Amino acid sequence: MHPCQVDVPNPVDAGDIAVLTSHLTKTFESPSGTVTALDDLNIQVRRGEFICIVGPSGCGKTTLLRIMAGLEKQTSGRIYVHRSSNNRPLTAMVFQSDSIFPWMTVERNVGYGLQMQGVPKKQREETVKKLLAMTGLTAFAQSYPHQLSGGMKQRVNVARAFAADPEILLMDEPFGLLDEQNRLILQKELMDIWQESQKTTVFITHSVDEALVLGDRLLVMTAQPGKVKRIIDIDLERPRDIVSLRGDRRFIELYSEVWHLLSEEVRRSRARQE
Amino acid sequence: MSDYVRKTSGRGFQDEVVVLEDVQETGPSLVAKRTLFRLITFLSPSLLLVLWEVLARLNVIDVRLFSRPSLIFQTLFPLMSSGELFRHAWISVQRIILGFLCGAVPGVVLGLSMGLFPPVRASLMPLVASTFPIPKLAIMPLILIVFGLGEASKVFTIAIGVFYLVLINSMTGVLSIDPIFLDVAKNFGASRRQFYLTVALPGSLPMIFAGLKLGMGTALLLIVAAELSAAQAGVGWMVWRAYDMFDIERMFSALITLAVMGYLLSIALDALEKKIIPWKER
Repeated sequence: MHPCQVDVPNPVDAGDIAVLTSHLTKTFESPSGTVTALDDLNIQVRRGEFICIVGPSGCGKTTLLRIMAGLEKQTSGRIYVHRSSNNRPLTAMVFQSDSIFPWMTVERNVGYGLQMQGVPKKQREETVKKLLAMTGLTAFAQSYPHQLSGGMKQRVNVARAFAADPEILLMDEPFGLLDEQNRLILQKELMDIWQESQKTTVFITHSVDEALVLGDRLLVMTAQPGKVKRIIDIDLERPRDIVSLRGDRRFIELYSEVWHLLSEEVRRSRARQE
Repeated sequence: MSDYVRKTSGRGFQDEVVVLEDVQETGPSLVAKRTLFRLITFLSPSLLLVLWEVLARLNVIDVRLFSRPSLIFQTLFPLMSSGELFRHAWISVQRIILGFLCGAVPGVVLGLSMGLFPPVRASLMPLVASTFPIPKLAIMPLILIVFGLGEASKVFTIAIGVFYLVLINSMTGVLSIDPIFLDVAKNFGASRRQFYLTVALPGSLPMIFAGLKLGMGTALLLIVAAELSAAQAGVGWMVWRAYDMFDIERMFSALITLAVMGYLLSIALDALEKKIIPWKER
C-alpha cells in the first residue's frame, strides 16, 4: 500500500494544501549506530506550487522525496497527499540518473505510467503524442534510449512523469548530471511545460541557482538530521527569463541569502565530522 | 591519422610565426586497406589448404592419417550430391534444436524464477551449484540407462547441457537489472505481473541470449558424443562410423559439415537476437 494513502479524515482535503507531513521521522541503522535522516519534519506543499528543496549533502532530501513517492517507509509520523481524482496516480518521479527503460522506445517509455494505470491504448497514444511534441521528442518517438544523448534521455524522463498526470510531481535533481548548456535548456523547457500544467511539483536540487530560477518557494534544510531551516518565498515574477534573471537585483539578494543559510549548515556538518 | 608539421617563417626571434599545417596522409586509402584485409581473411585459410596439399604430396604429412584436401573434396562432393550428407546433417540439426528447446525453455523459466524469488533461489541454488560441475559426458551412460537407446537419450543429453547455462544466465540477468528500474516500476504503480513483463523479462533478455549462445556451443559438442552410442544416423555418427572404417576422408567431410552447421546455427541465433532485442547496442 502507498504510504501516502492513510485513513480519513485527510487534513489536506480542505484548504489549498497538496502535501502535508506531520512529525515525519526517518532513521537508518548503520554500523556506527542509528542515523536520523529526517527529524520531526513538518512541511506543507501548496496545491499547484513549484517548491524546491536545497540542503547540504546527506540532509535527507532524497529520503523525503522517496517517502513521498512510496519507495520508502517513514519510521514514524504521517504524510498526507491531496487526491483530486481517483484515476490519477498520487506521484510520479523524475529520477536523477538514467532511469528510462533501455528496452522500450521513447514513445513506450513516455507512456509507461499510463500503461500501468490501464489507460486505453488510443487515449494513451494521444497523451504521449502531445508530450513528445512539448519536449521536442516527436522525431525520436521510435528511437531507443541508447540512440539518444544525455539531455534527450532526461527529456524522456520528464515527459514520462508529466504523461502519468500525477497529483504531485517529484523531481530528484533531474538535471544534476547534465552539462551546463543542456541544463539551462531543460530548465527552460520544464518551466514551459509546468506553466501549462500548473502541477504541484517538489523539486530537489543542489543548485541554489536552479532552485531560484524554477521555484515558487524554497525550502532550505539543515544538515543531518534533516529539519526545515527556513522557507523562502521566491518573489520573482513569472514567466521568468532564466538567463536575464541571473542579473536581476532581487535574484542576487535571494541568492546570497540562501547561500548564507546553506554555508552555515555545511560548516556545521563539517564541524561535527571533525 | 593526420599529422602536423611545424613550419616557421624566418622573420627573426622577435615575432616568429608558427604555422600548423595539416598534412595529408600518403599511402593506401581506408577502402583499399579494408579490401586488402578481406583478401587476407580469404587467402590465409586457402593458403593453409594449399600448404597441406603440397606437404601431403611431398610425403611430409602422412596421408593415411591426415589425408589431403583434394582427396577430402573428392569424397565430400559425392556425399553432397547424393544427398546423404544433408540427410545426416538434418537429423543432427533436428536433435540439436529439439534438445536445445527442451533445455532452454525450462532453463529460462527456472532461472527467471530463481532471480525473482529469493525463496526459490535459496532452495534450488544448492542443487544447481552441486550438479552443474558434473561433466555432462560423465552422465551419458546414466542417460542411456534411463532413456534407452532411442532419440530421447540424445535429445536429453543436449537438453541437460543447454539447461544449466541458460538457467544460470537467466538468473544472473534478473539479478543484474539496475535497481532504479524497480523503483520506476513501483513508483508508476506496476502490478507484479506488469513488473515481470515490462522490467524483469526484457531486462534479463540480453543475458538470456548470452546463455543461449553458450548453450549452442555446448549442444554442438554434445551431439557428437550423443551420436557415438546407439545411433544410426547423424553427423556425429558419421564421424564415429568413419573412425570404425578408418575412412579419413569421410571423417573430414563430417567435420567440415559440423563446422558449417555450427556456423549457420550461430547466425540463426544472432538473427533471432536482433529480432527480439532490437534495443541492444551493436
